[in-house]
Amino acid sequence: MQPELTLLPDLMSALPEIFLAVGALVLLMIGAFGGERATPAVTGMSAALIALAVIVLLFMPVDGASFGGAFVQNAFARYVKILTLIGSGLAIAMSVAYGRAEKFERFEYPVLIVLGTLGMMLMISATDLIAVYLGLELMSLSLYVVASINRDSVRSTEAGLKYFVLGALSSGMLLYGMSLVYGFTGQTSFVAIAETLARDGSSLGLTFGLVFMLAGMVFKISAVPFHMWTPDVYEGAPTPVTAYFAAAPKIAAMAMITRVVITAFEPVVLEWQQVIVFVSIASMALGAFAAIGQKNIKRLMAYSSIGHMGYALVGLVAGSQAGVRGVIVYMSIYLAMTLGTFACILAMRRKEGMVEEISDLAGLSRTNPMMAFLLAMLMFSLAGIPPLAGFFGKFYVFLAAVEAEFYTLAVIGVLTSVVSAFYYLRIVKIMYFDEPVTGFVPMPSELKVVLGLAGIFVIFFVAIAGPLVGAAGTAAKTFF
Amino acid sequence: MGQPAGFRPGRGGDAGLYEAPASAKKQDLQGHTEMILHALFFYLFAAVTVTSAFMVISSRNPVHSVLFLILTFFNSAGLFLMLGAEFLALILVVVYVGAVAVLFLFVVMMLDVDFVELRQGFLQYLPVGALVGLVLLIELLLVLGGWSISADVVASAVTPIPSLSDLSNTEAIGTVLYTRYIFFFQIAGLVLLVAMIGAIVLTLRHKAFAKRQNIAEQVGRDPKTAIEVRKIDSGKGI
Repeated sequence: MQPELTLLPDLMSALPEIFLAVGALVLLMIGAFGGERATPAVTGMSAALIALAVIVLLFMPVDGASFGGAFVQNAFARYVKILTLIGSGLAIAMSVAYGRAEKFERFEYPVLIVLGTLGMMLMISATDLIAVYLGLELMSLSLYVVASINRDSVRSTEAGLKYFVLGALSSGMLLYGMSLVYGFTGQTSFVAIAETLARDGSSLGLTFGLVFMLAGMVFKISAVPFHMWTPDVYEGAPTPVTAYFAAAPKIAAMAMITRVVITAFEPVVLEWQQVIVFVSIASMALGAFAAIGQKNIKRLMAYSSIGHMGYALVGLVAGSQAGVRGVIVYMSIYLAMTLGTFACILAMRRKEGMVEEISDLAGLSRTNPMMAFLLAMLMFSLAGIPPLAGFFGKFYVFLAAVEAEFYTLAVIGVLTSVVSAFYYLRIVKIMYFDEPVTGFVPMPSELKVVLGLAGIFVIFFVAIAGPLVGAAGTAAKTFF
Repeated sequence: MGQPAGFRPGRGGDAGLYEAPASAKKQDLQGHTEMILHALFFYLFAAVTVTSAFMVISSRNPVHSVLFLILTFFNSAGLFLMLGAEFLALILVVVYVGAVAVLFLFVVMMLDVDFVELRQGFLQYLPVGALVGLVLLIELLLVLGGWSISADVVASAVTPIPSLSDLSNTEAIGTVLYTRYIFFFQIAGLVLLVAMIGAIVLTLRHKAFAKRQNIAEQVGRDPKTAIEVRKIDSGKGI
């Protein structure tokens, strides 16, 4: 018998994950036995479960590695997990009114979101190739199902199917890359891979595997050239699901990429840096130019999010502590801006139903001045105009890139953000200077809360920048 | 497939390849025979696997595809057997051939999918697809050609399973699956649960007219509630 067999893994560091896993199973039972009537209760309890996980992460942090080094809890993991949980929790909250209006309230929806969030948390904490893959699949499978949760709508099912087929392909690439990395290093644990690489150096086969792995992972943050699915899925999926897709999974996947390249492939930094530089530039450029012609606001947000992933990757290219801090700060700000904007998109409802065209926002400043003001602030922030939050996000990533002497990358980033300002400002122009069309029905209170919080975060970011950037700095320090 | 003399699946097929003792001539000869047989069976299984896998995607009749899939599984099981992993080999046969492939057959036969129509674009995409495949193949050959792997890697590779000479295959998997790999095992379980929830969410529809069991009502039934006595006037229906 091996001695390790008798050791019980340290479960305390994985307490939030265990809460979510057990809680999701309990909620599933409640839903299965309670039927349709249990849906509001399950929804409420899912949100409470996610809040509980946030509280555990905030007030009872237990750091350390567990499960034979496949799982690690540290400042970085906790910070990103809290962001992810906020994204998922608010996505559940924002879906309530929509689900009621469009008649697809089902108790499985919040349960799947909780399970998907669990997958994201495992992905963030993963320090082993197998753990990365399993966490990623748990997340992706939940996402495929919630994309087509409105199964009576052709657009929703089409979005789910498209996402599933392309996602399965990307998982295949990821697995293939992992098998090559395992073949050339003989290890699955990140630390051991880094040790082997530091000793033996890189080889052609390892680079091959690394590129395949990056392709599979970059698909999940929908960066160019693996972005094709994003506009279609964002447009087709029900809007609260799109809000969920745009926020939590991207943050988790970005954290996973950061951990993989910084911990496992640190010795071969030049090999992955060139890939990330290409992906970053291509995403920023495509996000800036392709969004110009969009008429549907969900498609516009899809291209916008592709661009924002490019900006966040600029920080990763630097590969330094400042760079990782930039990525974390950027993703925090991105979360607030995305959720706020989607709260507005969810509020675009007339008596006859939801509307999604940008032209439907015409004259919003006169029909709903408060919403118009906050949406305008969010648009200015997305464009990166000081002193709003979006500016600081870009500032920290570009700062890191300049410090690491990636001048060209920083210049390209600034130029593309000028181009992208065009379509963000066009929305402001439509809201303030076009003739009003019929107003929207009053906003549900939960959307008001989300929009209000996002607005406060974006406008008064200067006031909270110190503690937030400090926390991000502490999180980034765990890698170096 | 018969068990040739000198072929010992349970001990790791490679043992015969490298450990041919040079001293005794007879043993040397036996080692050679073993090696040749080993290679022979490997190429047999591998060739049939690849050919039948190709037939899965190229045959016109979907039922044939599934049958070829079963053949692929069987030959992969043979390869596992040669590696000394008889547990995996049998699981492959039992689960994939016994359950999954039969399920596939059901689905293929019950769903009225026009596969000829689905394949319409096949020839149209063939040149580009073949080109991409060829490029990938050449690149992969380059990678394999430049295969540099240090001796340390082989030595330090993760081999969690204890030596197969001490334990049987099943025991070896059992000792690590619920201890060292409990984390992966549990997440894999959750992944399967999500797949199940997804299948139910997306396909199950409660039909209003479907008759369902109500166990409580059925158990609580007695002669008084089960039988209804009606007085019917003669010449009239109920």
